[in-house]
Amino acid sequence: MNPKTYLRRAALGLVTAVSATLAMVAMASSQGIDLKGKTVEWIIPFSETGGSAKWANFYAPLLSEALPGSPTVVVKFMPGAGSTKGANWFQNQSYKDGTLIFGSSGSTQFPYLLGDPRVRYEYSDWNVVLASGTGGVAYLPPDLAGMMNGLDASGLKGTDFIYGSQGATRLDLVPLLAWEMLGLDVEPVFGIKGRGDGRLMFERGEANIDYQTSSSYLKGVTPLVEAGTAVPMMSWGALDASGNIVRDPTFPDMPTFKEVCDATPGCETSGEQWDAWKAFFVAGFPAQKMVFLPAGAPEDAIATYSDAFEAVKARADFAEISMGRLGVYPQMTGAEAAGALASATQVPESAKAFVVKWLLDRYGVSL
Amino acid sequence: MDILSVALPALGSAAGLILQPIVLGYLVLGVVMGLCVGVFPGLGGIAGLSLLLPFMFGMDPVLGLALMIGMVAVVPTSDTFASVLMGIPGSSASQATVLDGFPMAKKGEAARALSAAFASSLFGGLIGAAFLTLFILVARPIVLEFRTPELLMITVFGLSMVGILAGRVALKGIVAAGLGMMVGTIGEGDSSGELRMASYELPYLVDGLKLVIVGLGIFAIPEIVALLRQDRAISERSVLGGGWMRGVRDWLANAWLSVRCSIIGVVVGVIPGLGGSVVDWIAYGHTVQTTKDKSRFGSGEIRGVIGPESSNNAKEGGGLVPTLLFGIPGSGSMAIFIGAIALLGSGNIEVGPSMLKNNLDITYAIVWLLALANVVGTLICIGASGGIARLTTIPFSLLAPFLFMIIAFAAFQSGQDLMDLVALFVIGFLGIMMRRFDWSRPAFLIGFVLSNPAETYANQAVQIAQSRFRKGFAEGIDYIFSPIVIVLIIITLISIVVGLRQAKMIMAEGAVKSGKKKAPMIFLLAVLAYLLISFVDASLIPDYAAADRVFPRFVSGVAIVGALILLVQMIVRPESHALFADRDAGGNREDVHGLWSTLAWFAGLLVLTALLGFILALALFLFAFIHYRAGRPVVFAAAYTGAGIVFMCFMAWLLNRDFPPGLLQSFADLPWPLT
Repeated sequence: MNPKTYLRRAALGLVTAVSATLAMVAMASSQGIDLKGKTVEWIIPFSETGGSAKWANFYAPLLSEALPGSPTVVVKFMPGAGSTKGANWFQNQSYKDGTLIFGSSGSTQFPYLLGDPRVRYEYSDWNVVLASGTGGVAYLPPDLAGMMNGLDASGLKGTDFIYGSQGATRLDLVPLLAWEMLGLDVEPVFGIKGRGDGRLMFERGEANIDYQTSSSYLKGVTPLVEAGTAVPMMSWGALDASGNIVRDPTFPDMPTFKEVCDATPGCETSGEQWDAWKAFFVAGFPAQKMVFLPAGAPEDAIATYSDAFEAVKARADFAEISMGRLGVYPQMTGAEAAGALASATQVPESAKAFVVKWLLDRYGVSL
Repeated sequence: MDILSVALPALGSAAGLILQPIVLGYLVLGVVMGLCVGVFPGLGGIAGLSLLLPFMFGMDPVLGLALMIGMVAVVPTSDTFASVLMGIPGSSASQATVLDGFPMAKKGEAARALSAAFASSLFGGLIGAAFLTLFILVARPIVLEFRTPELLMITVFGLSMVGILAGRVALKGIVAAGLGMMVGTIGEGDSSGELRMASYELPYLVDGLKLVIVGLGIFAIPEIVALLRQDRAISERSVLGGGWMRGVRDWLANAWLSVRCSIIGVVVGVIPGLGGSVVDWIAYGHTVQTTKDKSRFGSGEIRGVIGPESSNNAKEGGGLVPTLLFGIPGSGSMAIFIGAIALLGSGNIEVGPSMLKNNLDITYAIVWLLALANVVGTLICIGASGGIARLTTIPFSLLAPFLFMIIAFAAFQSGQDLMDLVALFVIGFLGIMMRRFDWSRPAFLIGFVLSNPAETYANQAVQIAQSRFRKGFAEGIDYIFSPIVIVLIIITLISIVVGLRQAKMIMAEGAVKSGKKKAPMIFLLAVLAYLLISFVDASLIPDYAAADRVFPRFVSGVAIVGALILLVQMIVRPESHALFADRDAGGNREDVHGLWSTLAWFAGLLVLTALLGFILALALFLFAFIHYRAGRPVVFAAAYTGAGIVFMCFMAWLLNRDFPPGLLQSFADLPWPLT
């Protein structure tokens, strides 16, 4: 980045920060809600160990500082049925005084998209105030990675791949479908409790292909790569402003699945299969985690929270403190967040139909 | 060895990190908090650490670690109080301590049991810390050797402990373990997500039953109800008695046992996923196997206290190995520990492989803190024991509602769901019946705990092995029969043979006389009916989800065969046979109250909660129970109720929990805590 751009960005950041602060001051005095002396409950429909917990624990103290009246923000875990329990519970809550927010994840979005019978929640009833993106990286043992010819993955055909999976209808749908499009014969071993278990299976040599979301990759797999026991294969990529898949800014040196697919004979980056993969990637990664106010929240409450998250993003040290914990991904508020929500929860009917049929044919899962 | 040249200076600088007054102050604070959490039955390290989580963000790493390690290390020491004095496991890691510790307290030897337990705990904790130091240097390659077949064999080894705990009729123990495993399979299958004995109409069962609820229901509730029916204090005479030094001498005399059990604790703790719920049983099983005179187990054998208590503190040191080295939590509390470390400082400490490289001094600071916390914890426990022990002189009818309140709170602390209380009641009833007819409750619990790992590892091992066999026969065999697996198979076989031979000598829950045929037979038929229904239920799972069908069908099949043989034996054998053990036979003279009227009180609490929400229901229950059942004046009952409600609200406020709402709350909007 040249110095001029840098300066411009810094200036822009400063302006945003000042305007956000001003906006907040204005809010607090006029129509915004004041949460002084209150306790905001942030419901996370997962257990204390997962990525959503890390994400919420990162934001909670910052949000507390940024909200008018500096309320206490506590993260409350309500795990069950792969997050559908907590989401169903949140659906039944109505807006009271702005002290209840909900954090959803890709695992909340997928059952919703696929029409899981347990889903009793409706995203369009809720009010989004923050959308956080992430990415994912697939990796291989060095001997298998050596069988790839540059970006061409056809050398991997004919190898028996074992992959530790949490379930074909979860986020694992994205890697499983991607590998299948490349012509790889990947057999998922179900029943693992988290992606960390999948990595351990890879480390033990029982699994020979794996993927991790960005933050877990940075922490768990980078040391393996440095030790020479794992080689990154590809990232899922990131979305640019016009909805194209580009290189993941956290891993700029890594090819995306799109590049690998383009270079591999038999893998098409257009058509029904590709559209389905892309639709579910968009639903699962670029807007993976979102914060919602319950149904019936008034405009000023939504504005108060949007501004608070805006103020968090505008902190001078935000880039520094978020880098190690969230990675370099967009943290969207306002209209951007609403756009992200729309693209994450509205998958074309054809893509859905394709995935439902694929799940039935390939894994015998009837939805 | 270059490891040593790096490790030794790190060990020194770690000592420098923690030997500061402020760090030690935080450590003591953590220990005191852990003590409070551990004393209450059902609340363990998970609840305690969740309580600390909000304070961790941005805290100085060493101070935060001191606070957390202090808490984690003392829980297995302080939970001994509940196990020994009240007969209720203070946490899942001290279930086995109840078997001999509680009978000792009833005999007036509480001080002896406690001091032996504390000495063992201290020793175990120090062994755990010492092993952690070594393990950090050498463990990584060893732990990576544990693949799925090895994990499966460790699980099977855990199940083989059923043999020794089966009681006088081995077959009853096996059926009990099978029933426990079947209860463990309730809910969504791990492989294909098929439902077993559950329905989407009843979302509660989809996630399966939680260990807290099954543990409390099977162990705590039957004991509380039994004591309540006798209506007297737990121990009538001078509570702790003397014998503090005697307990320490007991421990010294069995120091070798303590060493072995500590090592068992470390090793089991190292294996991720197995966690602390089985370590005490394995240690107890080992203790029984290696004791010459087995007649005293279950009625107050000091070795039965020393074994489990040595192992459950040692396990914390072991549990830190996978946690720190791989970022894989070995237990529920370690999972929260990982989350908390991420919050410390500016978030630049990450557990996992990079920890040893980048933060070796912090890693060793954790080791030192663990050792120190064990010493401090033991000292404080001894100092506070007099006060805590006075609890046992209180007439039980005054203590029981309080205990029941705590248990109910512990049961719904993760779900905030009325169904938690219903499940607690149902499992509690099963526990009462198993206790009455002398079915092994430890066997049931081991089955329940190991059901999920056994199924998951079995499915995964089969799937991976198939893939290996496709590559070549030799590769498949190599995978399944690794040296570790073969050693584990041999140990398991020895354990089963020795266990079954000795099981008849142990009255795990005291001698039980035999009664008439009818009642034990009805219970057996009920168990058989459940097993048959779940067999049919599992068989209905379609082919594409076969992985979710095989395990429940196999286990229930074995248990059904066992139950049928028992049925035939019952028809053939005379009434005096041990098969017909029945605690209620011929009217137990100690029982003042009937079973059904005692249960009705708790059923009443359940119904009231469904109508009015937990807090209002609890207030009514406490007042009515103290006034009518315990026969205290209105003023006393009102004060008791007030204190109980305030305490409950304080705990809920501290842990940031809500109470389950009832019908009333859906009509009226009430302020917390009534919501």
